[in-house]
Amino acid sequence: MRKFILILLAVLPTLAIASGPKLDLDSAGNDLADKESLKRGFESYLNYCLGCHQLQYQRYNRTFTDLGISEAEGVEKWMPTGEKPGDHITNTMPAKDAAAWFGSTPPDLTLEARFRSPDYIYTYLRSFYVDESRPFGVNNTVFADVGMPHVLQGLQGVRTKDEHGVLSEAKGGSMTEEEYDAFVRDLTNFLEYTAEPNKLERESMGYWVIGFLFIFLIFAYLLKKEYWRDVH
Amino acid sequence: MNSFMAWIEQRLPFMDSMNKHAMQYPAPKNFNFWYVFGVLASVILVNQIVTGIWLTMNYEPSGEGAFASVEYIMRDVDYGWLLRYMHSTGASAFFIVIYLHMFRGVIYGSYQKPRELLWIFGMLIYLVLMAEAFMGYLLPWGNMSYWGAQVIISLFGAIPVIGEELTIWIKGDYVISGATLNRFFALHVVALPLVLVVLVFLHILALHEVGSNNPDGNDIKKPKGSVPLEEQSKFEFHEQYTKKYDIVDAIPFHPYYTVKDLVAIVIFLILFSWVMFFAPEGGGYFLEGPNFTPANGLKTPEHIAPVWYFGPFYTVLRVIPDKLIGMIGMFAAIGMLFALPWFDRGIVRSFRYRSKLHLFNLAQFAICFIALGVLGTMAASELANLAGRIATFGYFGFFVALWIYSKDEKTKPVPERVTG
Repeated sequence: MRKFILILLAVLPTLAIASGPKLDLDSAGNDLADKESLKRGFESYLNYCLGCHQLQYQRYNRTFTDLGISEAEGVEKWMPTGEKPGDHITNTMPAKDAAAWFGSTPPDLTLEARFRSPDYIYTYLRSFYVDESRPFGVNNTVFADVGMPHVLQGLQGVRTKDEHGVLSEAKGGSMTEEEYDAFVRDLTNFLEYTAEPNKLERESMGYWVIGFLFIFLIFAYLLKKEYWRDVH
Repeated sequence: MNSFMAWIEQRLPFMDSMNKHAMQYPAPKNFNFWYVFGVLASVILVNQIVTGIWLTMNYEPSGEGAFASVEYIMRDVDYGWLLRYMHSTGASAFFIVIYLHMFRGVIYGSYQKPRELLWIFGMLIYLVLMAEAFMGYLLPWGNMSYWGAQVIISLFGAIPVIGEELTIWIKGDYVISGATLNRFFALHVVALPLVLVVLVFLHILALHEVGSNNPDGNDIKKPKGSVPLEEQSKFEFHEQYTKKYDIVDAIPFHPYYTVKDLVAIVIFLILFSWVMFFAPEGGGYFLEGPNFTPANGLKTPEHIAPVWYFGPFYTVLRVIPDKLIGMIGMFAAIGMLFALPWFDRGIVRSFRYRSKLHLFNLAQFAICFIALGVLGTMAASELANLAGRIATFGYFGFFVALWIYSKDEKTKPVPERVTG
């Protein structure tokens, strides 16, 4: 307990320390209303990310509905066997082993786009470079000393960092730079969707509510004016 | 229907109370923009209670389940996201409205005799509201919830002798844990709301006993028999008010102020909805980014800041180098507000008829308070610390200066009757 108090006392001054230099993030430019993009992002997520990163708050069938995939098609094409449509999108990697393999358990990504931001995800996935001093031989300009390997290296290719911090391509991947950017944009789009599946519904409801309130305001104002004619 | 109402009335003074507090309550006719925030605060209180009840239906107060249950509300509960945003936006809106309500009281001298107790009840409401907000903020069990609570609770550790034991007593554990979450839940949803509702009731009762102040700071209740009948207000007021006073420049609260407040409520709701539907995170100030990851005692967010509404007092704490003195300073900053009716030794209420010096003092106080709030949300630096110290000085200086100059202040004559 004494140790804990000491830790607390040590932590307290750090509250005051600046949140580090501001990151220079690229704009993701994704569009939540673009269902094809979301579907591509969903597919990429299942293929490249889900092995390590769960979406433990997001359900398969909800995703199907929102992305315009019929449940039958979803179950057949988009789901691992053995899962039920109402299940959350999880993996079977044991957390303990994962922590041993990567230094820490790969985080759940359901809310990543709200924890960081879509721009962060978009920039992060395009900012890996070769760094032989790291366990997986790569580092990241957005997330220093990241524990994650560059799982998309086969698509993006190998990039190196020069002394000015600029990244350049050393070896091409299976995608051109534009293709890779579009690929990451779709993935970012999908993660912005999972972070808040109701976002579009929220905004469209907002227009109706505020529209109603403006009309109501006219009547409320007229009512006030009518009553206040008595007040001199 | 009439006989039914009569039957009720013989057993419970329902219509009499309605008359006394609404239909025949004399309100000064010159209330301006600043006078809508009390009603808005009541609207938000109802919103918080109603949405809060519905949120508890699906929320799970445990270290293991809290974070996931909030996401369950956001995704699986019908309109759960709406309830949650109403509640979270309402929390910040509550403080915005309360701060404006308090500032109204300060500029028009509504805390002065005979409204000291009314002011004290208001301050108690503010204090309980801060406790309510602090405990509510832990419930989503996000990482900022966790570390924010960690910081505030650890403050109590600075108290000599009992400090360490006290923090354990508050947490119910050696660290913030499910036990802490559970007791905060109990206090947030049952104990403090009850206290809050009782205090609001007393606040309104005290207000109606002494009567509302107005932007001129003069009295609308004149001694009985001092005002000719044709100059008295032509409306009918409850005999509780008319048997002791001649009432001038007043209108019945209902329907005149109810319809006027309705306009204010609708305008407020438009602004509220705009935030709720299009920017529920409030730019990261209403819902903070790190709170979208679960509480983790091993992972400190890069920059822990309390929610914006605690900013002013947090800055006072932070710019004082010693932790214990800092904490005393923080509580003293709130204490000064409690004592405001006694710092002000003047008899003129409204700043309209007070000295230039008072106007300047009010302005510097407002600027310092806002500066303290802004600094409280920012990361500390040399410059921020310096600015924070100046603002802290200005904050406390307001009360001290007021006490000094208000005794023999050069004021303007206050009009007998309300203007405008």
